[in-house]
Amino acid sequence: MHESANSVTLTVNDILLIVASGTTVTAAMLIAGVPTRRSATGEPRGPLCGMGICFECRASIDGVPHQKSCQILCAEGMTVRTS
Amino acid sequence: MTEHFEILVVGAGPAGIAAAVSAAVAGKRVGLVDDNPAAGGQIGRGGADQPIAARHWMSRLDRLDGSSVTRLQGWRVFDVPAPDTLRAECGMECRDLSYGKMILATGARERFLPFPGWTLPNVMGAGGLDAMVRGGLPIAGKRVVVAGTGPLLLAVAAHLARRGAKILAICEQAPLGRLIQFGAHLIGEPSKVLQGIEYGWAMRGARFYAGCRPVEVRGSDKLAAVTLEQKGKQWEERCDYVACGFHLVPNLELAALLGCRIEDGFVAVDDLQRTSMADVFCAGEPTGIGGVELALIEGEIAGLAAAGRTQNAEKLARRRKRGLGFVGALKEATKLDPRLKTLAKDSTLVCRCEDVSFGRLREHTSWRDAKLQTRCGMGPCQGRVCGAAAEFLFGWDAAQIHLSVRPPVFPVLVSSLRTPDKLKVQDDGFTKTVALQLKETE
Repeated sequence: MHESANSVTLTVNDILLIVASGTTVTAAMLIAGVPTRRSATGEPRGPLCGMGICFECRASIDGVPHQKSCQILCAEGMTVRTS
Repeated sequence: MTEHFEILVVGAGPAGIAAAVSAAVAGKRVGLVDDNPAAGGQIGRGGADQPIAARHWMSRLDRLDGSSVTRLQGWRVFDVPAPDTLRAECGMECRDLSYGKMILATGARERFLPFPGWTLPNVMGAGGLDAMVRGGLPIAGKRVVVAGTGPLLLAVAAHLARRGAKILAICEQAPLGRLIQFGAHLIGEPSKVLQGIEYGWAMRGARFYAGCRPVEVRGSDKLAAVTLEQKGKQWEERCDYVACGFHLVPNLELAALLGCRIEDGFVAVDDLQRTSMADVFCAGEPTGIGGVELALIEGEIAGLAAAGRTQNAEKLARRRKRGLGFVGALKEATKLDPRLKTLAKDSTLVCRCEDVSFGRLREHTSWRDAKLQTRCGMGPCQGRVCGAAAEFLFGWDAAQIHLSVRPPVFPVLVSSLRTPDKLKVQDDGFTKTVALQLKETE
């Protein structure tokens, strides 16, 4: 694996990922294979709408909680944590 | 901080782009605000897989420089603090955008209907999965079942197939007879016929089922298989993704907050896309679900009319009228089969934010009652997902579900609720609570 101008490196729940630049954080979470969040009763959830409506993809990004990950692009060195 | 624009366009999908470009070319200083990372709307983001007409407008937008169109990408409008001002948030920043005229091009979202297992990871919206793929999710070799209703299913299936997905089945809830009627309506529209042929070619090999619906998704921590039903026969498809959407519902929150008149669930506009509120125009799906071509025409009309080029706008009226025929045909074709109301079991969740089941909602008589007793629709999505489902499942008052809108129309940072002068306190439970919490922590 090597870095290039067209890729970015980030971590999702401590899993190191290299993705193409322009990839959304939600897509990175799907690639990492982790649920985006746990529901009020503890169910694993994944993204639903892909357009910032449903909030199922919300995650903590660089320490800021409840970010709509489908509307944020992966950036170099980004840290993503799911609930 | 306040920025002023002669014309402010909300939403950078096809309608918003056409509106912004038309107004800018007419010499106006335009702001184009959109909450996604890139312009183009749900069908045009992240790639060349967009209709030719939309691509044309997108490249016109890209050729305009920042002095004529200021692009506020990634900004989410959440309040109307004054009659000529919108408030928007981006990351940790909050800004006021004031305007002479405003064009609402807020688009639509998918309608989701609950069935057992629909909350499992990898069951997504049809447009939802499409957006994921545009956002970088690898789909080549993945097995996908597309289900629900409306032409979006075909567009999504074709796009995913072109990217190498194995489309196992396309399940359209409408019966075949109704689809044939719809197809006959399209014969007069060469662009749509061509699109249909293109879709058919991309999806060759995929099976299409009319009068078919998903009845259950199986899986432990994520989707493993979906059970489909057609003509009383049930069978299972093992797959990686279910892409499921039951046509579209308009995003009306901002129009409702501004006080625009809503008729039959859509923003009422005249021939020049003017709403009932002075200086507020509306174009695209919020005025009627009509697809990309109509959205582009309406956007162009709104942009020209807002810029004072009334005569130029009027010249487009005939093309718009033709497009409006498609709105009616689409509405008829996507009418929901009442049997879809019986898919949810008592334990099936309807509200995904607060985990409220169908069984608990069934005991209530109205949306308001259900909200108060169960917290349905009171999570972060503010009922954007469960509202349209509840309307169909229980027949609850649509106006109560979709139009009782209060700011902030999206959850925002507490810091964004603080205005420079004083906190706005409305006679409303939610806003009052926020104001009190602020006082305590300061």
